Amino acid sequence: MEPKKPFELVVREHGPTVLRVCRAVLGAHDAEDGWSETFLSALKAYPELPAGANVQAWLVTIAHRKSIDIVRARSRQPLPVDELPVRPSGIGIPGDGHREVLDAVGQLPPKQRQAVAYHYLAGLPYKDVAGLLGGTPDAARRAGADGVKALRTILLDSSLSYVKEETR
Amino acid sequence: MTVDHHEPDVSELLAPLDSVEPAVMQRLHDRLATAAAQQHTLDIAYRTVDSPIGKLLLAATERGIVRVAFEVENHDAVLQLLAEKLSPRILFSTSRLDPAARELDEYFSGTRHRFDLPLDFSLSRGFRLSVLEHLPQIAYGHTESYAQVALAAGSPGAVRAVGTACATNPLPVIVPCHRVVKSDGSFGNYLGGTEAKRTLLALEAA
Repeated sequence: MEPKKPFELVVREHGPTVLRVCRAVLGAHDAEDGWSETFLSALKAYPELPAGANVQAWLVTIAHRKSIDIVRARSRQPLPVDELPVRPSGIGIPGDGHREVLDAVGQLPPKQRQAVAYHYLAGLPYKDVAGLLGGTPDAARRAGADGVKALRTILLDSSLSYVKEETR
Repeated sequence: MTVDHHEPDVSELLAPLDSVEPAVMQRLHDRLATAAAQQHTLDIAYRTVDSPIGKLLLAATERGIVRVAFEVENHDAVLQLLAEKLSPRILFSTSRLDPAARELDEYFSGTRHRFDLPLDFSLSRGFRLSVLEHLPQIAYGHTESYAQVALAAGSPGAVRAVGTACATNPLPVIVPCHRVVKSDGSFGNYLGGTEAKRTLLALEAA
């Protein structure tokens, strides 16, 4: 059995993937809080993690629970506004493609968004995705496929309207 | 884990999400280390410092400095051993080790003659621990023989064991095992290499 690595190596190896998952599930604004709470909680529990466990799947499980907590906490304190305030982008230069894809992912229903994030961004098999979301692996697979199909439509629409605006 | 996207066009579709800037990861890492220290879940913080005897790794628990390691020991291997012997809850973090880095800096520039740092001797037991506890009493610029240290540690016959205690000192430089030399005046062995021992003794003799 392989001995447990220093947690520093876990952060270096899996930190970027967990951030991508948090961005997809929570959006750019809450992603960093989700990441921090995930790794803080993982560090606490790390000594008890069985040796040889799939660390990335374990981290995604924690990120999933933390994301639900964050979404619930946010919905308990609703702040209705007509228009979203302008915020500095925490995810790079606006217009370089990040924002569009992230916005598109944000428009998906929660199940589809999570299925896309956990399967396509974190590489979890649909069996594990189903374990997180509840339901059967087939249902998870369908949510993932529907999510990707919807993403294509949304991105195609937005790029079409962008082209229309440009050529007007 | 390699991410198998199954369909190449899906991975192309999601590719813009793949970029995570190093500056963002750095900021998140620092925030994690700070929060973990506040919540007492950071069992071991570590950093490296440059010195005339090469890059040194410093590691500290909440109780104090627990390990100083030479570059020749392989810092990655040292961290792995700490993970197995003490705790895997290890993160790179400078703040807990700032005082140690400063005192080492002063020591190597010749302005500091004794260290004033909390030490954690968790890695040493029994006779080896008694040897290590005696070493700081050898004054700066002075040396003692292995036999003298054996006597001071309470076991005059345990000269070889003193050699082992010095060779496995988890806190070299700060706990000055370099001040222990052979009775004939020759240097004897040193974990950081004979050259490093020579450098330290020359620094203190200056």
